[in-house]
Amino acid sequence: MSKTNFTRRGVLKTGAMTAGGLAMPTILTAASHTGFTNAPEGSSVTLGFNVPQTGAYADEGADELRAYELAVEHLNGGGDGGMLNTFSSKALDGTGILGKKVEYVTGDTQTNSDAARASARSMIEKDGAIMITGGSSSGVAIAVQGLCQDAGVIFMAGLTHSNDTTGKDKRANGFRHFFNTEMSGRALAPILEANYGADRKAYHLTADYTWGWSQENSMKTYTEALGWETVNTVLTPVGAGDFSSYITPVAQSGADVLVLNHYGGDMVNSLTQAVQFGLRDMQANGKDFTIVVPLFSRLMARGAGENIKGIFGSTNWHWSLQDDASKAFVQSFGTKYGFPPSQAAHTCYVQTLLYADAVTRAKSFNPCAVAEALEGFEFDGMGNGPTLYRAEDHQCFKDVLVVKGKDNPTSEFDLLEIVEITPRGTVTYPVDHPDFQGGSLGSCNPGA
Amino acid sequence: METLIIQLLNGLDKGSAYALIALGLTLIFGTLGVVNFAHGALFMIGAFCAVTLNRILTLSHTVIDDTQKDFLGNPLKVEVPYVNGIFGEAAGNFIIDWTVPLAILFAIPIMVAVGVIMERGLIRHFYKRPHADQILVTFGLAIVLQEIIKAFYGANPIPTPAPDAFKGSFDFGVLLGFDPFTVIYPYWRLIYFVFSMIIIGAVFAFLQFTTFGMVVRAGMADRETVGLLGINIDKRFTIMFGIAAAVAGLAGVMYAPINSPNYHMGMDFLVLSFVVVVVGGMGSLPGAVLAGFLLGILQSFASMSVVIETIPGINQVVIYLVAIIILLTRPRGLMGRKGVMED
Repeated sequence: MSKTNFTRRGVLKTGAMTAGGLAMPTILTAASHTGFTNAPEGSSVTLGFNVPQTGAYADEGADELRAYELAVEHLNGGGDGGMLNTFSSKALDGTGILGKKVEYVTGDTQTNSDAARASARSMIEKDGAIMITGGSSSGVAIAVQGLCQDAGVIFMAGLTHSNDTTGKDKRANGFRHFFNTEMSGRALAPILEANYGADRKAYHLTADYTWGWSQENSMKTYTEALGWETVNTVLTPVGAGDFSSYITPVAQSGADVLVLNHYGGDMVNSLTQAVQFGLRDMQANGKDFTIVVPLFSRLMARGAGENIKGIFGSTNWHWSLQDDASKAFVQSFGTKYGFPPSQAAHTCYVQTLLYADAVTRAKSFNPCAVAEALEGFEFDGMGNGPTLYRAEDHQCFKDVLVVKGKDNPTSEFDLLEIVEITPRGTVTYPVDHPDFQGGSLGSCNPGA
Repeated sequence: METLIIQLLNGLDKGSAYALIALGLTLIFGTLGVVNFAHGALFMIGAFCAVTLNRILTLSHTVIDDTQKDFLGNPLKVEVPYVNGIFGEAAGNFIIDWTVPLAILFAIPIMVAVGVIMERGLIRHFYKRPHADQILVTFGLAIVLQEIIKAFYGANPIPTPAPDAFKGSFDFGVLLGFDPFTVIYPYWRLIYFVFSMIIIGAVFAFLQFTTFGMVVRAGMADRETVGLLGINIDKRFTIMFGIAAAVAGLAGVMYAPINSPNYHMGMDFLVLSFVVVVVGGMGSLPGAVLAGFLLGILQSFASMSVVIETIPGINQVVIYLVAIIILLTRPRGLMGRKGVMED
């Protein structure tokens, strides 16, 4: 028999000791800190590149990593300088960041929130990373953004398209250059109306996670505003592989448009199967049946092969843009790697330069000073035209591209053609947009 | 009615893949007594045989076309496949177009070799070990195989289209007196179903009507007695492992145009195929085939929007629910025999 001895005094004593023990590391580090997490000492500064190196988005992750390596090379004065030469801010001079040589560590998100948080934590705690960037999924971006907020480092999001990243899950330490589903909806709707008219019936197949829900909601809102009717919305499990049982009911649903709110391998499979099931050959309601893929990427387009021909979608950036900045980036990336960069590579490269520039302008690595330098920052020469990092939600506002699968591609990279460059004014939404409510930035956390 | 017909058809092609994989699993379990978790990886390797043959057939030399520019503004380098040079452009393009059917011939020796190497090199060392060890080692092997494929081919799905002649869909609706486009079904999926029936028939015929098959069946029933009769049953079982690998591989080859191959496609099928084997009855070949089609069709019906709206999420769990019900009411599965895995 054991006897338990719970007394009020005992509990208080134990509680005080535990609390003291837990506070000890903070107290000890507080004596030596410089006011923020991982303040760089010595002649170098470490950035943490957290990208999917395994899992379904590994190819995108590999392209992101190439872009980061190129950005580091340019920041340290190597190569041809890429978009440093076209960037409107001239704070960066190729001598690293604030005179410190840029070094980096990499982590593998595995497109899994837990794995992504673990690798980000390891880069912050073990490797001393001052900033974390990367990722190819909104679920991961939101998870890592929350971790960076708590740890007191800046998070420069990679490819993440859900409204929530800068909506209900926005954080003061997190910043997104990539566009979002609201912007896709705003950019696509006029093109869809011009090509398919205002009297259409849409059927949505949607990936069952934060990005899919966000994309479906935006597409519904803007197509219904055109006069389109939403016949049905069906959630599909991520990584379903065979979508045939979701696709076959579409033909009998009375719909004449299929909206595929899928990304990556799911989009490749669902689009391929929709074409195999003859949806693009059929007539419904006296009209040619059509398919829309709201978020396109070139890497996905390559997977879908000729099935993407003539299909509309939106994208953050495309290598065929002819502005000086895009040409400089494509030249730089293409010369180094032998093929043009993807939109994921572009946004990651730009985010790294923007962070370095903000540190240089703020003259400090302190996350709060960096955040202040990024908030409300207007810039140009990064491939998307004049761009604003809005202070209220840390979202970049810039032109959005509407693209179409090219009918006669000249190479394996030449798969999408730009149909329209939707100006920033059209895709800008108010800060109090209802789809972005439910959370607040809070205040910047310098950590330590 | 149209919806029911089309979901039935949907279930048949998915069921075909389940049945083919489960058939191989049962063959291995019945002969060698090994629970082979690497069987999904064999399906995946089969699909990548089609991808590999496509890469081989499209091996190209570079011709510089001065009239066109590449993305950096340099003269465009056009890749011209060697087969076009050897057979002429029309014949070369035809051969490339028919990659997937040709890959059947390409895959058979490769898959048999992979199967035999797997069995002789690794799995035979685990015959006398507990089933848990067998599961761990074969599952580990599956991970190693899929990582090797990923290292060579990347993580994204690789489109491997069917020949142009089989693109498009067959309109069952018109045939059955419904409106056009109400019951459409891709030609290639129909071919997949027919193909799987032929393979299943061939495996059964092989076991039923050949001396080799008879000895294997005898060995499955009573390995010791067959051994006492002086027959080298181990050698025959190794060959059966190779045949089972080839069946899974061929299922993968023909599946490539349905789902663009990717390195983890085997895992997607593996767990379901095991459920199929258990539902069919461990060690029962007809049970595996029957359960494969049954569960494929059931999964297809559960994915109908009417069903999902009534019971949300049912499409994800229906197979497991049915497995539980069948195992509760018929603990040996649909066609399981007494004494298998019961020692």
